[in-house]
Amino acid sequence: MKGTPMKVQNTLTSGTSRRVFTAGALSVVAALALSACGGASATAPATATAKPDLKSAGAGTITMWVDAERSPALKDITAKFQADTGIEVKLVVKDFAAVRDDFITQVPTGKGPDLIVGPHDWVGKFVQNGVIAPIELGDKSSAFQESSVKAMTFNGSVYGVPYAIENIALLRNTDLVSDSAETLDEVVANGKKAVADGKAKFPFLVGMDPKQGDPYHLYPLQASMGSQVFGQAADGGYDPKQLLIGDAAGVEFAKKLVAWGDTGEKIINSNITGDIAKEKFLAGESPYFLTGPWNVPDVQKKGIKFAVDALPTAGDKPAQPFIGVNGFFISAKSANALATNEFVTNYLTSEAAQDSMYKAGGRPPALKASFEKAASDPVVEAFGKIGATGVPMPAIPEMSAVWADWGATELALIKGQGDPAADWAKMAASIKAKIAG
Amino acid sequence: MRKGRFGQDSTKGIVAKIVLLGLVDALAVYVLMMLFLSQSWGALGVSSAVVLAINWIYLRKGGLPAKYLAPGVLFLLVFQVFVVLFSGYIAFTNYGDGHNSTKDDAIAAIQLTAQKRVPDSPAYKAAVLTKGNDFYLLFTDPDGKATIGSTGTPLKEVPDAGTDSAGKANSVDGYQTLTFQEIVANQQEILAITVPVSDNPADGTLRTADGSNAYEFKPALTYDAAADTFTDTDTGAVYRDNGKGAFADGNGETLTTGWKIDVGMENFARAFTDPSLRGPLLGVILWTFTFAVTSVALTFALGLFLAVTFNREDLRGKKVYRILMILPYAFPAFLSGLVWSGILNPQFGWLNQTLLGGATIGWLTDPLLAKVSVLVVNLWLGFPYMFLVCTGALQSLPTELDEAARMDGAGPWRVFRSIKLPLLLVSIAPLLISSFAFNFNNFNVIYMLTGGGPRFADTDRDIGATDILITLVYKVAFGQGTGRDYGLASALAIIIFIIVATVSAISFKQTKALEDVNS
Repeated sequence: MKGTPMKVQNTLTSGTSRRVFTAGALSVVAALALSACGGASATAPATATAKPDLKSAGAGTITMWVDAERSPALKDITAKFQADTGIEVKLVVKDFAAVRDDFITQVPTGKGPDLIVGPHDWVGKFVQNGVIAPIELGDKSSAFQESSVKAMTFNGSVYGVPYAIENIALLRNTDLVSDSAETLDEVVANGKKAVADGKAKFPFLVGMDPKQGDPYHLYPLQASMGSQVFGQAADGGYDPKQLLIGDAAGVEFAKKLVAWGDTGEKIINSNITGDIAKEKFLAGESPYFLTGPWNVPDVQKKGIKFAVDALPTAGDKPAQPFIGVNGFFISAKSANALATNEFVTNYLTSEAAQDSMYKAGGRPPALKASFEKAASDPVVEAFGKIGATGVPMPAIPEMSAVWADWGATELALIKGQGDPAADWAKMAASIKAKIAG
Repeated sequence: MRKGRFGQDSTKGIVAKIVLLGLVDALAVYVLMMLFLSQSWGALGVSSAVVLAINWIYLRKGGLPAKYLAPGVLFLLVFQVFVVLFSGYIAFTNYGDGHNSTKDDAIAAIQLTAQKRVPDSPAYKAAVLTKGNDFYLLFTDPDGKATIGSTGTPLKEVPDAGTDSAGKANSVDGYQTLTFQEIVANQQEILAITVPVSDNPADGTLRTADGSNAYEFKPALTYDAAADTFTDTDTGAVYRDNGKGAFADGNGETLTTGWKIDVGMENFARAFTDPSLRGPLLGVILWTFTFAVTSVALTFALGLFLAVTFNREDLRGKKVYRILMILPYAFPAFLSGLVWSGILNPQFGWLNQTLLGGATIGWLTDPLLAKVSVLVVNLWLGFPYMFLVCTGALQSLPTELDEAARMDGAGPWRVFRSIKLPLLLVSIAPLLISSFAFNFNNFNVIYMLTGGGPRFADTDRDIGATDILITLVYKVAFGQGTGRDYGLASALAIIIFIIVATVSAISFKQTKALEDVNS
């Protein structure tokens, strides 16, 4: 609809520009012409024989919101799509910090984009607000890492095409500790030995936000003790009614936090922020750093010899990290839904597109074929392997009720304030109350 | 006509007027056309009225004050009054996560997400055909069997369909095959096609989302427009409009997507009854006032002291000092907040490490010290402003007063206390009030420095010792529960506005008294 009016308006403008028409009269004429033509296209039967003008059908472009970092990686695939179909994909660079909320507020007004790039844990909020449409991947879903498609699934439907998987791992400075270890106890023993030998100052590093702790980084340890946040529903998704965080395993983990914390062994230090932890690891002051792939380039740049180790276990269960999956989502109110679906399911799922996204971001690709190529880099391979054991970060809207209490309680326990059993139970009760509203 | 008073308009003036007004009108026409196209009738009406008013004001003779005031008033209306009224409106709705749009949008979204692919159903290749004015979908199942159908026309096998090299059926005699461009051009009709798999509608329907692939779908929920209910096709549970902007079944279980409704005074009632707000509210209000008043007092005292000190005529390097003094003002507050939070880190912070020789004082983790730290950092951030305005005001004081007082034998302190300060206050008191209003809502400093923490031990909510009202509002409306609640946030913002407005109004009254005393 938007295209036709513009055309009419252009011809009118060029025809009358030399005459002294008042702008107001022009607009009235144009507006009348528009409404006439709008009515015509809506009522006339769509004849397929007429040469289709995509622009006039409002289908000449797909708008995609993307951040500055990922925008260049999409240039090739959008150029290919335009060459094949004549439809332009407009990449609109948006500030990543605000893009989720902007999308939620703008889609209902009809001014939102057709497509958006983002992490999977936005899905719950998007569905809750009715702003994204499910995507049927069909047979293509088996070409992706299972965990990535699972992360994009909400209430039994897939809502996004994944392209990258992100998770944390344990970086080990191989000059300080030569062998990998499986359990946290071994890791800590190695770290303490390095400190005792005078080679290091900190046995183990993990960044803590001094205001809200960091449950995300500590979750593998929690999971290895058998504590989860939410239980799973029949369809494999998280079930907000099964809040498991307060169970006995969780309390055990809470007790451990006190033992590891400021008043205990000081393995987890509430004063070490993410920045400080990175700084100390880069300075070679610790053999271990629990972190994600985002800090790897700096470690490499510094010339530190390191290995990517599996996450250490604190209990008898596997140390599952939360995985974050990045992907593409289609607006529920896209005026160009068919072309957008074509682009998303048949172009963005291609190996070329996924390779390109990998080159820009450096995260293990979600498409298996692309991952195998990327896995020639041992760091990517190691992170990918650990990610395969992980669980998707819960995307259900109820998760946003969890973070604040979870982080603050963990932080207090690490600082040695309060009683683990009582505080953990209080936290679970508070989360439950918030979810109930 | 009082031509004589202002004289004839000069030619230049008329040209400038025509050009400027022409530009404004050109822009206005563009905006009006866009509004017309998007069928925003309300906005169109208002905009037309504004454009007409602007033209009337500037084209008519006379009415000079209106010509000066119109732009300012317009911007005031757009950027202040409209925003305030809109927040006011939001305060009476349940707008927020889960209540994001209209009921129609919510129904459409629920129907969209309720379509579930039939488990283990085959994936079909699809082509779009047309005959007469109708569109048909031609499917090829994984075994190569071709079938055709359309909305209301169940699947029918077409053994003689033409196929492409990959074995996908793409043409049938009597039908025309659409190219991708043609499909896209008619996408609304094609996306709406639902081909019943069999004569029984409950068996599911075939749809295509991209014009080349199709899958069998069954709705998990069906909408009955007449009864305005959703029915779960699996369990038979009926979801009705629960009057709170959501569909709910008998057990109060709601569907994920809801819509925005007017809730009257509910948000205001919640502001006073919500246990997470009511419990710590008194403490937070007291601290907010303490924070705002102390911040203003400290920054004013330090700014004034420095302004007086650096106002000496015979001081050398005055300019350098003044520039240095203004630096903290030039940093963005949220950045300074982060930097200070690093400086104040108990173990690694520069303050404890370098200045205090390795002490481990919890500047931001001890409730009392955190309050002190917040005030000190805010002092650092805020004194340059006071320094600037005090310097300006001091320089505008006539030096004769100073001399006269000295002649009468007054000492420097007496001169300052009895002459300079009262005169200063006349011009600076309004700025102190605005500074109070600013600090009352000084979100950046609190949020970036302490995040409101350390948390109160006696509440199970995320509220701490340095939380002021605005950070409390932020946390309650956006950080807790299962989503952001713009309605509640707006209601709380209005309450804060009332508090600040009351305090400011009373203070301005006092300032008036101050002026009277001096004049």
